[in-house]
Amino acid sequence: MDWSWLIGRLSPEYLPKDPVTLGAAIGMPIAIIGILLAITYFKKWSYIWNEWVTTLDAKKIGIMYMGIAILMLLRGGADALMLRAQTALAQTGIELFNTQTFQEVFTAHGSIMIFFVGMGAMFGLINMALPLMLGARDVAYPFLNSVSFWLFFAGMVIINASLVFGGFSNGGWLGYPPLTGLEYNPGPGVDYWIWALQIAGIGSLLSGINFTVTILKNRAPGMTLMKMPIFAWSVLVAMVLVMLAFPVLTATLGMLALDRVAGMHFFTSDAGGNPMMYINLIWAWGHPEVYILVLPAFGIFSEIVATFARKRLFGYTTMVAALIAIMFLSFVVWQHHFFTMGAGANVNAFFGIMTMIIAIPTGVKLFNWIFTMYKGRTKFTAPMIWFMCFAVTFTIGGVTGVLMAVPALDFQVHNTMFLVAHFHNVIIGGVLFGYFAGIYYWWPKLFGFTLHDGLGKLSAYAWQVGFILAFIPLYILGLMGAARRINTYDDPSWVPLFIVSGVGVGVIGIGAGLMILSMVYSIWKRKKLADTTGDPWDGRTLEWSVPSPAPFYNFAITPTVTRRDEWWYRKKDGVAQPKREDYKDIELPKNTAEGVYIAIATGMIGFGFIWHIWWMVAVALIVVIAFVIRRSFNDDTEYTITADELYQLDRKARA
Amino acid sequence: MKRFLNASLIPLGLGGFVLLMWLILRGVTIDVLMPSGKIAVEQLKLLYFTLALSLLVVVPVFTMLGLFAFRYREGRNNEYKPEWDGSTKLEVLWWGIPIVIIAVLSVVTWQTSHSLDPYRSIDSEKKALEVQVVALQWKWLFIYPEYNLATVNDLPLPVDRPVHFTLAADAPMSAFWIPSLGSQVYSMNGMSSELNLIANKVGEYDGYNTNINGEGYAKMNFKARVMPEVDFTSWTITAPEKADTAGKHMNEATYTTLAKPGLIKTPETYRLAAPDLYDTIVAKYMSHGGASNDASPKKHDMTNMDHNTNKNEEHTH
Amino acid sequence: MTSHAAHLKEKAEKASLGFWLYLMTDIMVFASLFATYVILRNGTNGGPASQDIFNLEFVMVETFLLLVSSFTSGLAYLAVRRGLKRRALVLLGTTIALGIGFLTLELYEFGELILAGHGPAHSAFLSAFFTLVGTHGLHILIGIIWAIALGDYISKHGTSPDALRKFSLFVVFWHFLDLVWIFIFTIVYLLGIIS
Repeated sequence: MDWSWLIGRLSPEYLPKDPVTLGAAIGMPIAIIGILLAITYFKKWSYIWNEWVTTLDAKKIGIMYMGIAILMLLRGGADALMLRAQTALAQTGIELFNTQTFQEVFTAHGSIMIFFVGMGAMFGLINMALPLMLGARDVAYPFLNSVSFWLFFAGMVIINASLVFGGFSNGGWLGYPPLTGLEYNPGPGVDYWIWALQIAGIGSLLSGINFTVTILKNRAPGMTLMKMPIFAWSVLVAMVLVMLAFPVLTATLGMLALDRVAGMHFFTSDAGGNPMMYINLIWAWGHPEVYILVLPAFGIFSEIVATFARKRLFGYTTMVAALIAIMFLSFVVWQHHFFTMGAGANVNAFFGIMTMIIAIPTGVKLFNWIFTMYKGRTKFTAPMIWFMCFAVTFTIGGVTGVLMAVPALDFQVHNTMFLVAHFHNVIIGGVLFGYFAGIYYWWPKLFGFTLHDGLGKLSAYAWQVGFILAFIPLYILGLMGAARRINTYDDPSWVPLFIVSGVGVGVIGIGAGLMILSMVYSIWKRKKLADTTGDPWDGRTLEWSVPSPAPFYNFAITPTVTRRDEWWYRKKDGVAQPKREDYKDIELPKNTAEGVYIAIATGMIGFGFIWHIWWMVAVALIVVIAFVIRRSFNDDTEYTITADELYQLDRKARA
Repeated sequence: MKRFLNASLIPLGLGGFVLLMWLILRGVTIDVLMPSGKIAVEQLKLLYFTLALSLLVVVPVFTMLGLFAFRYREGRNNEYKPEWDGSTKLEVLWWGIPIVIIAVLSVVTWQTSHSLDPYRSIDSEKKALEVQVVALQWKWLFIYPEYNLATVNDLPLPVDRPVHFTLAADAPMSAFWIPSLGSQVYSMNGMSSELNLIANKVGEYDGYNTNINGEGYAKMNFKARVMPEVDFTSWTITAPEKADTAGKHMNEATYTTLAKPGLIKTPETYRLAAPDLYDTIVAKYMSHGGASNDASPKKHDMTNMDHNTNKNEEHTH
Repeated sequence: MTSHAAHLKEKAEKASLGFWLYLMTDIMVFASLFATYVILRNGTNGGPASQDIFNLEFVMVETFLLLVSSFTSGLAYLAVRRGLKRRALVLLGTTIALGIGFLTLELYEFGELILAGHGPAHSAFLSAFFTLVGTHGLHILIGIIWAIALGDYISKHGTSPDALRKFSLFVVFWHFLDLVWIFIFTIVYLLGIIS
């Protein structure tokens, strides 16, 4: 009997074979079942369903984003540890895993770190902080926010499911065809990669629209664009980039998927297809993507430095100008990712120079941060330590970036360990350190207690030391001729450097462990670390004007803004107690599970495409359309909190 | 005392790290930093120049960062100006300095993008050696059309004579790189890339593929053996004869076997029995282009336009 | 204005702004597909080229249907605004019918090509053609489903301000698809036949 109409190409031959993957494949379902059983045992299902799964509260959605991002950081980090362990041991003859698995692991590492750690943590922090900073009650479209999160979640499930069944792509995180085409890669691995990214990417695209409208429309009265906290500016610029860049990713992955499921010839080597076009398209998204990740981190640092230096941010206007300059420039540099493709000297020189020009606004930002500290009273808390580590690491990454922007130099370091070291330098040093700083900074606002500062600092030091140990040797290895993505090599003089690098990844692992420890310890000691004032850092922006944890309605009374750093000056002027008649009825969105259902169905579309289960694609597509229509024609999505109720709630929260 | 210890840890740690790196790297060859060909030498000079230029920004940044963090930290009670948030003079300064530096670097970039363009032939009294390179899964096929020779994973080259490589792939995109000699270039299906290099020191240099093209990618290495001109000439004479004796002929059949995915244990030398082998391989992916159009669709790609127009110009001159 | 009414007005403004931004992202999707088409249009793999398969008169009929449907959707919007429920429904029905007509013609064109052995898997040119035009067709299909749901809503709830708000987004979407089609008509069909 042929069951392929029902189960597509699912078959036992796709079960994992080598011990490492097998272990993970067995361990993961067991862990999930364990968690589910624990939830059942502690009777937490209704709490999780009502308070989390169906929530439309941006803060909670932000926390869920962050939770997934941290989980994925551990997964991607474990991948990194295994990769470097393999290269350290390469010449002993010990093979931790075979070449195919090695290639799948580095592809997974890259894809997970960018899409599920970077993007996840970014949207997490934006959800947590942005509406509060704008003096808004919520994002512009709370329901769409829930859809975005659950699409992100669905993508995460798909990318991890590949571990259990079918294997992953071996084409690197950007999956260049023809290697990822049918001819060289007929199995489901590349499809897992495509659909995990496609679904998460559509979620990001929707978020991009959501936050742009939030910033343009949900600002508190009186908050003109130039009175916004700089973080909001950085998010606005990043979200415009999301809206311009992510559709290109959607189209590109869509075309690659059509090549694979319908035998089309967009990126094949034969029948007129053009693989170089894929490389151009994917980088037309890929380069803006790195700015999408790093600009919000810049915004976070701007807030943190001003807060802890207890001084106004230096050069606000130039900071905004620099952000906008970077936004435009990020679209005219993509070709620098393939100088070696044989474009002419003029093309290469143009893109090289454009790339260098980005260093100017970036450098300006650095100077502005440094001069924010000048004649300030800087308090070195954990977020500030993250900033110091960032300033050092990112600057080094910037220098190696300028080196690689010179085409004639890039010819000698492209696609080597030097490149690997460079982009980790800017992504760990810029993006991750920024988000970590943000976590330590905004944590009290979300949870009502601060994170243990000492452990936070220790974590930052471990990351910094580990970073140097892990990546400086890679720079040298690149100059010695070590290509990226190799699992083995002949030259014995590379061994000690790979060992040092492996040790460095271990130290980074300790840093991540310390961070988790600081969270666990702080939850345990939450009474002692409680933030009773709502303003633990003597903050400057509006989120610190509400109690901690921030109530679900954010602001009982919508604040009116007259200047930058509104809260800082209000504290100076003296904060008046709100009167009963200041409270007004407010309308808030009702919880709904429709976002979850849409994401489940979308995930099934992806799953159907991966395994060629066409009925599943059709059914799930109908479900998605049905839910979208149902939601958009439902006018009863909100409930009202009366002024009286709000008054009581607010009094309780402030007590 | 505690503060003193904390601060001293940074130079101590860095010192230790530098020492460790020094111990590891003593007597080790760092190909890019110890070049053996004119192109790589120029690129190294460019590397040092760019690095030096960057330091003009990095040094003041690090100095100010450390100094301000130290001077204006909480508890030092140095001057505090919480409202001071801008200075046109200062901001003009730090927009200006990077602009000047980048302007200088842009000029250098423009010049070197042309002078070190892989497509640009190297000035020399000697005629360039033609080598056709084909990336296969997972080995390199080198064809010497002038000498009717084909080698696999072995690249004998004469010293001090320019080499003109034309590169293609019968595999997913790969990249050809000999770090000691300079510049890497992608090799792709259905089109020829070009690369001009010269070796100025006799020796054996490692060559790599730097772009993943499947499972055997990490092992897709070769040796560039640079020898005196006389030795090279004698190789071009003896090698075909040896290949004949061993019955090694590079014809369609041999090529088909070789092109199958897999690794080879030892480098091979063949007599080239199909003189237009390279063109056949390139054409393999091109024959499906537009029936009514003169240009293959691939040539329409913007990133490739430049060279095609350059070439056309050369033809008309 | 009560705070509730203000709240609704604000929501409507946000929805409208967000929808325009969504259309901008959609333009980026189409831009990618157009760029791809332009690059791949000569990759015919020995199969038919654009001038061999396009029938301009046929496409003119398609274009006519879509343009008229755009016009009727605009009239329908005006009818909703003036509270003429029956008229709005009739005009919306006409729009839907014209949309279905357009889609039928497009599917017929696709079917003919596929039956002649010139399916999307035949060459890069055909892949790009089917995908670009098909993506537009998919949008039309979504628009039709949306219009049906909208008709259902209006027949139940009448021409309320909510209905008008929802209708305005649909009309923008439908006009947008018209605009995209004009580009397809010019770049794919017209230039395809000329070259």
